[in-house]
Amino acid sequence: MSDATQFTPRGPRPRRIFSAPNIFLYGTLTVVAAYYALPLYVMITTSLKTMDEVRAGNIFSLPTQWTIEPWIKAWATACTGINCDGLSRGFWNSVRILIPSVILSISIASVNGYALANWRYKGAEFFFAVLMIGAFIPYQVMLYPIVLVLRAVGDFFGFQLYGTLGGLVIVHTIFGMPILTLLFRNYFSSLPEELFKAARVDGAGFWRIFFQVMLPMSLPIFVVAMILQVTGIWNDFLFGVIYTKPDIYPMTVQLNNIVNSVQGTKEYNVNMAATLLTGLVPLVIYFASGKLFVRGVAAGAVKG
Amino acid sequence: MNTNNFSVQIKDLDLAFGPVKVLRSLDLDINHGEFLVLLGSSGCGKSTLLNCIAGLLEPTDGQIFINGENVTWKEPSERGIGMVFQSYALYPQMTVEGNLTFGLRNARMPKAEIQKRVARAAEILQIEPLLQRKPGALSGGQRQRVASGRALVRDVDVFLFDEPLSNLDAKLRADLRVEIKRLHEQLQNTMIYVTHDQIEAMTLADRIAIMKGGNIMQLGTPHEIYNKPLNKYVADFIGSPSMNFLDGEFKGGAFVKGDVRLPMKGYEFQAAQTPDQAVTIGIRPEHVITGELVANAPVKMEAKVELIEPMGSDTLVWVRVAGEPFRIRVDGQTQLRNRETLTIGIDPARASLFARESEVRL
Repeated sequence: MSDATQFTPRGPRPRRIFSAPNIFLYGTLTVVAAYYALPLYVMITTSLKTMDEVRAGNIFSLPTQWTIEPWIKAWATACTGINCDGLSRGFWNSVRILIPSVILSISIASVNGYALANWRYKGAEFFFAVLMIGAFIPYQVMLYPIVLVLRAVGDFFGFQLYGTLGGLVIVHTIFGMPILTLLFRNYFSSLPEELFKAARVDGAGFWRIFFQVMLPMSLPIFVVAMILQVTGIWNDFLFGVIYTKPDIYPMTVQLNNIVNSVQGTKEYNVNMAATLLTGLVPLVIYFASGKLFVRGVAAGAVKG
Repeated sequence: MNTNNFSVQIKDLDLAFGPVKVLRSLDLDINHGEFLVLLGSSGCGKSTLLNCIAGLLEPTDGQIFINGENVTWKEPSERGIGMVFQSYALYPQMTVEGNLTFGLRNARMPKAEIQKRVARAAEILQIEPLLQRKPGALSGGQRQRVASGRALVRDVDVFLFDEPLSNLDAKLRADLRVEIKRLHEQLQNTMIYVTHDQIEAMTLADRIAIMKGGNIMQLGTPHEIYNKPLNKYVADFIGSPSMNFLDGEFKGGAFVKGDVRLPMKGYEFQAAQTPDQAVTIGIRPEHVITGELVANAPVKMEAKVELIEPMGSDTLVWVRVAGEPFRIRVDGQTQLRNRETLTIGIDPARASLFARESEVRL
């Protein structure tokens, strides 16, 4: 290379990696990332220490004696109230709440959104407005009325709703409805209207258009709705503590009871392990569906 | 009822979105096997009309007959129509074959019959090698063909096209235009075709309906519409470069403006007697006579060249007539210079005369 190429601009502009702005930018990012990662580090190391070591107080040091004991205790033997089978009970309760709630709320909301976006029936605007108002009413206002409604409906049909998993599933489904319907409505509205018209000319009805034309194009929005619902329902504490009973408390409520138990010594290592265990499901969902999400978006990007 | 003579018949059709009237008591009769083009600028109601015929929009008032049957309250799929959309609207997750058969499967047609129809449509449109592909893997032209195929397999009498070529580049558009015309020649069924492109309209149509503000301004063959526009709007809309208009007076059988006087000899008036009045005359740039032929022209005048726009095959020359800018189309090989004085000839028989107030042809 001659000197001329260095001084006469030609081709791509050279970029310096260690320029002042870069150092500043990445320096700041590193510091901020460390700041947020530090508590996680402390939690993980503490959960792998023995109680003796925890009491010694060096919270930033690595365990001298690694142990998996606190995790096992948190999962299988920690006591909440009269039950001493650890978080495993709460985990399975949460799973039993989560799966039907997610499936039910997404199924209903997707049909709602589809109907609102594509079949502009009379009163659709009004219905949508009511639903949106529902999204802005604070939960606290509705807590007690819902207790009454669950009781009354249960009595009417002759089975228990208040204080059962079924009741909680219904509550989650209802409270997920406004935001999910909005999500699906907006997504279906963004799909080309002519596709819907073409399907009508092809003689497809409400459900056939939904299942055979709309659904195959909607993977991305279903993944988004799933992430939203799984994390929301898994992390829910308020409804869990109000609408269920100790035997069927979800994991979050049980975690609280373990961590905040006033009897005996505070077992920090067990508490840390329990907290990490409880947070594991949303974490897995984020990691697993991130990829799925991208794939979903890419698949949906094929234009007709 | 005397409705069986028409393939599609629209009676007194009204459509309003709230206070906005999109179609106003519209009547239209379309013959069997006719290629009718609905032409107009955007917002004129042409697509709305097509959607009404398809049953995708509910009219506020009026009736629609297809093959003599009142289909006003029928579902789109029950009307015996096939439709091709501007975006093609192919189902992206189905193969080409899936797209073609979707409507037939919905109608629970026997498999053998579906096979037969798909094979026929694929052969006519030459899309056999594409049947197992998804729409995403097709080119624009191929998608357009599949969209036509979806209408074709339905084996219906009426095809509706909603600006089917607007999404394509100019060259492909010209190619597919010919294909659609060929398809019509082959199938001989009724086609209603919406476009804003006057070239498409002129080349494809048996009859053109020019629409504006929810009304049909003129319904006629391309020849009629080009040569005898019924009003100034149609005259202005059709033709590229567009018609020259001069405002003047009609006095004693001649058009007069300033020192320009055009005796309207040979002009076919709509009425036997046309009183003197304020008028607008329309003269197409390509109907202005130049060169050696000027000698035989009924009316001659001098004009100074102001601007020259060469377009290859021909050249557009801007001159001034009676103080107003005036376009003339001359052969592309003509050598012209700016500020040169040109002798031009006008044949009043080929001009169009409109009443100034009502803009209606005289």
